[in-house]
Order: sequence, then structure tokens, then C-alpha cells
Amino acid sequence: MTDVTPLARSTTPAEFAAPEAVLTLTGMTVAYAAAPAIEDVTARFAKGAMTAIIGPNGAGKSTLLKATLGLLPTVSGKVEAFGLPLARALPRIAYVPQRASVDWDFPARVLDVVLMGLYRQTGALGRIGKAETARATECLSRVGMEAFADRQIGALSGGQQQRVFLARALAQGADLYLLDEPFAGVDAATESAIITVLKSLRDEGRSIIAVHHDLATVPAYFDRVLLLNRRLVAEGTVATTFRQALVAQTYGAALPGTIPA
Amino acid sequence: MFLNALLLQAGYNAALVSLGAGLLGFAAGCVGAFVNLRRRALVSDAMAHATLPGVGLAFLLMAAFGGEGRNLAGLLAGAALSAALGLLAVQRLTRTRLPEDTAIGAVLSTFYGAGIVILTVIQNLDVGRPAGLEGFLLGSTAGMLRGDALLIAGGGAVTLLLLAALARPLALAAFDPGHARMMGLSPRLLDMVLMLMTLAVVLLGLRVVGLILIVALLITPATAARYWSDRAPRVALIGGGIGALSGHVGAALSASLPDLPTGPVIVLLAFAAFLFSALFAPRRGLITRALNRRSLRRASRGTARGASRGAA
Repeated sequence: MTDVTPLARSTTPAEFAAPEAVLTLTGMTVAYAAAPAIEDVTARFAKGAMTAIIGPNGAGKSTLLKATLGLLPTVSGKVEAFGLPLARALPRIAYVPQRASVDWDFPARVLDVVLMGLYRQTGALGRIGKAETARATECLSRVGMEAFADRQIGALSGGQQQRVFLARALAQGADLYLLDEPFAGVDAATESAIITVLKSLRDEGRSIIAVHHDLATVPAYFDRVLLLNRRLVAEGTVATTFRQALVAQTYGAALPGTIPA
Repeated sequence: MFLNALLLQAGYNAALVSLGAGLLGFAAGCVGAFVNLRRRALVSDAMAHATLPGVGLAFLLMAAFGGEGRNLAGLLAGAALSAALGLLAVQRLTRTRLPEDTAIGAVLSTFYGAGIVILTVIQNLDVGRPAGLEGFLLGSTAGMLRGDALLIAGGGAVTLLLLAALARPLALAAFDPGHARMMGLSPRLLDMVLMLMTLAVVLLGLRVVGLILIVALLITPATAARYWSDRAPRVALIGGGIGALSGHVGAALSASLPDLPTGPVIVLLAFAAFLFSALFAPRRGLITRALNRRSLRRASRGTARGASRGAA
């Protein structure tokens, strides 16, 4: 990996310095039925950055996340995280799925869901004692949900459910966070709570990758973007890559709005 | 007579049988809670019906070798094989474009039909003393041997131990399979283990509840339990409690009323528990909710009146 010295940083614009990669995909192809959902994607995700995955509906954004984590079978492709094969890196990765992917009528309290993030520590039979409960409660308070610890998860609003999922990911203490549309269908309070937590994780040196829909908030929320439409279109800093021409190429149409030319 | 049976005073064998039925009910209720969470109720029903040809063929085989055709362990081995075959058939069929309920319906009726044909053939052959085989349909504790009761109790205990050891990963995988995989678990393997435990309950329940109704003992107590708690481990335990009570009381009842098949009695008791839960459980029960709504309406009317008075 390139070691960026202070001298190099002052002479090279930051966007041209190749950042250290936290996650590398090589030649990834995924197919549902016959048609490929994503095709030959090779990408590097920067360490210690917040990267948005952007593309139109059906571009394969969620598929890319799931295939990266081995939750979907791939036709081909190699995944490396922290310089290790995926299976060995998995304990350092947290995944926040789309809210709609689980049954919220499940008999579990908010605290129980967060405790599921500690499974690697507790195992099947390990006691869930004061220390574990305290850790889960701390994660809940980071997303502003500690008052809801004893609620049944079905009694929460969509935004609150999303925050509980984020708290479960925090409980894992991961170094890389993959989020599938964390802001979809949530209220403004939840959106700002989530982005505050994600930025604080980034400032601790952790890496964030999120599938994101709202182009207007990209520059405010993210450091880097990956443009995807079944194939990789471009990847880079928001300043260099989040440009009208590239975004239009990704979406197959010019988009109105405030994207810089 | 019924009270004696209930309090285990109706003789050693009857006591053993009703205790065995209680333990079977406990295992069924606990396992059933997880079957519900994974939405596998219909699959377990198909598995139960698929045991019948195995029971018949095992009987024929044992009779052909001159043995006692009614040896319970032997019959259960046959039942296990054909149930596994039925499960495999369901899985194969769903891998084609057939929806799961269609596959389940096809397998359930075909295996059950084959089983009935084999049983009829056996009855006409008049070998190996087939009397009592029809008890596998609706359950019958009459003529149950001490060894049978011990087999059921022991099997139930082993199933419960396995379930207790795996309850946490099973719940995790049922709620969010993706997260389970992130935690290093294999949802597919856990599913297989759950099906194995369900098969164990089905087999142990064949003699007591019968293959037609065993699905009700898996599902009903666990469904009733869901009204009483919002936490998966408690739902499983309460379901086990309801199942145990239904099993024990049902076996005692049927022992005191001759010719009454055990299965229907047990299942009706479990249904009564479900009905009670659905109506009266705190917060979730229908009547409780109606009462809450009424007091809420009254309270809001009260505040509205108070507000208008304040305005005047």
C-alpha cells in the first residue's frame, strides 16, 4: 500500500494519492437466473473513509454488498479485506441490512437484537451477564435508543428499527461497516443520528461503505463515491468523481440538480 | 379414575405413559417455537404424514424375519427413513419452479396414501399381529409397553438438551440469516438440525399423538405461548409448559376413558390453551385489547370534555 508522507501530500492533490485499501474486489460477477446482476466489478475501497455506492435501481448495489460478504453466491470474483481472504476478515466486518429484510414481529426486545451483535463473544452457551448488557446498552445510547431497550422490536418506527440495526453493528466493534441504504424511509432525526455515528466511526479510523440513494446529500455525508451500473463506472473522491458527466453516464440520463460539472 | 391417572396413582405403567406424554409435550412445545419462527409448520406436517409408509414397511420386514412386528424402535426406524425421504422430496420439488406449499401438499398426500395402502395390505395378510398399528394414525397409549414409554421420555430429554444448547444460534438465524452468517454460523446447517429435532419429536409422538395430529402439538402450544412473551427463549419455555400439560392431562384422560384415542384429546387441550391465550393474554389477548381500547376511549372523551369546559 502507498505510504502517503506529509511531503507527498503537500505536492500531490489528495485525490490523486492512491489511498490504502480496506476492501478489494477483483473481477466479481453475480447472476440471478441467466442475466448478470453485476459484471466483472474490480474495485478498491479506501481505508478510514466513508464511501457511497451510487447507481440507478437495478444497478446491483445491494447485490454487490451481499456478494462481497458471501451472502450471495458469486459466479466469479475474489474478495479481500484488511489484506486477508474474506473468511478470515469477517469477524472485523459488520453488515447493516435493509430494514425490510427481517420479520419485525419476531419475539425479541431491542436489547436482544443488539446482543446478537455480541454472538462472537458469547457463543451459543456463554452467559449474557452485566458486562454484555452494559456494552449493548452503551451501543443503544450511541444511536439514541437506550430508552427503548425493553421494547418489542415490532413496536418501533422504521427509523428506530434502522438505529437498532446500527447499534447491533456497533456492538460487534467492527473496523469495516457495510450498510445497505441506511437512510431509506427514515425520518430526519434518525438520518442525522445515523450520520453522526458513522462520521464518529470514520474519525476513529474505521471504514464505512453505504449504498446510498439521495444524490443531494452525497457531498455532505461522504468522502468517496463508487458509481455502479452493473459494471463499475468510476470510483474516487467526491471532488473528482461525483461529477455531472460521470453520474449521467451511470444513470443513463442527465440528472437535474446540483451535481458539479 | 381420571384423577388417579392425573396424579400418577393409576398404576406404574399408566404413570410412566402419562409422564412420557408430558415430556413429549414439553419437547414438542419447545421445538415447535423454533419451527414457528422458521415458518416450517407445513414442512413438519408433511414429514409426519410421510412416516406412515415407513411404519408399514418396517412392520412387514420385521414380521417377515419372524420377529415381533410391533417392536417400537424398529417401526420408528422405518418411520424415520421414510420421513427423511419425504423431506428430501419436498426440498427437491421446491428447487424446481414449484411453490413450497404445492410441493408439501403433493408429498404429504402421496406418502400418506401409500402408507394407507400398505397398512391395508398388512391387515389382509394377517401376519405379525398387526393390531394396534392404526394407533399410529391418531395415537393410542393403550397397550403401550414400559420400554416404549422410556424410549419416548429418553428421546424427548435428548432432543431438549440439544435444543437448549442451540437455542441462541437457532433464534439468531431465524431472525436474520445474513447476520447469522456474519457471526460465523451456518443457517443451512442450523435449519437441518432444527428439522432433525422436529423429526425426533414427530417420531416420539407417533405412538402417543399419532402422525395426523402431531403437527398440532408442535405448533399450537408454541403459538399460544407467543401471546405471553415477546422473548424467544421464554416463548419456547412457555410453549413447552403448555405442551407438557396437554400431553400429561391428555394421556391421563384417554387412559381413564377406554377407546378414546390419545392424540385428539391432547390436541384439543392444547387448542384450549391457545384459545385462552388468544382471548385473555395481557396486552396481546383479544379481550384484553378490547378492554384497553375502551378505557382509552373513555380517557380521551374525559380529556376532551375537560378541555371544552376549560375553554368555556
